[in-house]
Amino acid sequence: MQTPAIQTLSTKHLLGIKDLTKRDIELIFETASTFKDVLNRPIKKVPSLRDITIANIFFENSTRTKLSFELAEKRLSADIINFAASSSSVSKGETLIDTVNNILAMKVDMVVMRHPYAGAGVFLSKHINAQIINAGDGAHEHPTQALLDSFSIREKYGEVAGKKIAIIGDVLHSRVALSNILCLQKLGAEVMVCGPTTLIPKYIASLGVKVEHDLIKALNWCDVANMLRIQLERQDIKFFPSLREYSMMYGLNKKILDSLDKEITVMHPGPINRGVEITSDVADSKQSIILDQVENGVAVRMAVLYLLAAKRG
Amino acid sequence: MQNLPLLAGQKFQITIQRLCRQLIENHNDFSNSVIIGIQPRGIFLAERISAELKKIIPAASIQKGNLDITFFRDDFRRKEGLLRPSNTDIDFIIEGKNVILVDDVLWTGRTIRAAMDAIQAFGRPEKVELLALVDRRYSRHLPIEADYIGIKVDTIDSQKVIVSWKETDDKDQVLLLSEKTE
Repeated sequence: MQTPAIQTLSTKHLLGIKDLTKRDIELIFETASTFKDVLNRPIKKVPSLRDITIANIFFENSTRTKLSFELAEKRLSADIINFAASSSSVSKGETLIDTVNNILAMKVDMVVMRHPYAGAGVFLSKHINAQIINAGDGAHEHPTQALLDSFSIREKYGEVAGKKIAIIGDVLHSRVALSNILCLQKLGAEVMVCGPTTLIPKYIASLGVKVEHDLIKALNWCDVANMLRIQLERQDIKFFPSLREYSMMYGLNKKILDSLDKEITVMHPGPINRGVEITSDVADSKQSIILDQVENGVAVRMAVLYLLAAKRG
Repeated sequence: MQNLPLLAGQKFQITIQRLCRQLIENHNDFSNSVIIGIQPRGIFLAERISAELKKIIPAASIQKGNLDITFFRDDFRRKEGLLRPSNTDIDFIIEGKNVILVDDVLWTGRTIRAAMDAIQAFGRPEKVELLALVDRRYSRHLPIEADYIGIKVDTIDSQKVIVSWKETDDKDQVLLLSEKTE
């Protein structure tokens, strides 16, 4: 009888999946489910964060993540300011701490940051007094993407534990891959990475994941295939001979999908290079939950913002 | 802790039945009225009331929903910890309806304020009424009163009023919990 259990996250910031406990992830999922209900109501807005101001600081381009965070913040009634490095004083030589401190002097409570360098979020959290949410730091972590991926798997299958997930493609440059591996493992799933040897980090097996270089074998093993984007902007040296050759070896098309003995689920963190990592007919097929991922992204980010705002006394 | 039963046994049943009769007096066959239980503890009362109403007027179809008010509370970030949100299950339109909000205990009135906010997301009701099984009078923080009241009790802030239900806690009763004074 007893008032419902009172609980909070174990961390003050969301810098990476590494810092979260299994209980934290489950709490985020439970909260996200209720926010998903809110998003399906005639009025999709709740007043919880009306006295919170959030700065979205993007030192790197983003469409989906930025829009998703912005929408989540608006649905929670927070005040927001947006900042894109390309149109700011960063290009005049201002340092990260100076930029952010100036923004905080305007009384901002939370910062959502994307940065091209790994560890930028951790660095910032040690120097400023605001809740930091990492929206992607270099090739390191992208925690909200991993949370929404696992949330989508949980929604599709009921639970994540015991499921087999193959992460396929450019694992080397992907922050989505590392966060996904950590998140899925914490929830009890089996993880495999698959890609050409040049795009698989050398010691990745030490994370306890299976490594496979044959696409068909990986697809036959898994329940869910998460197809990563080839990060064309990070291919400064050649990791494979040509896009055409990559897509012949590691591209997922309808013919391959139909030749498997079971129906697997296809995910993609976006943006899709259609015809490279997956073809259009796969991306738009019934087996793809790519658009569900986008929808869940808003609910998961609302949950993260809501739970972290509670940490702000 | 000292437990003092305020309402139990047959008197509990009679109180529920009286509340139902009062509702019927104002809402006839409930064709334009809906019952909304406030999560987490008001839903049991809402369930009991609607079951009882069906016994009295079997022909009526009574619409009942559950409303979660967690995200509309005004004490977010002002106290330790977070309340776990519950489900909102309202699968009908509230626009133009007479809404009867149902909660077990009316105390400061803050929950009801949040509920009135939360209900707006489902449309503009014609009228909103409040039914509470227990009214802890003289302790309101807001100008809110119930339209239908089971019992009124005089309490002090350190006391707790707990309503238990036979479905979940074995027994229908209202208890007053007081700290033992040495």
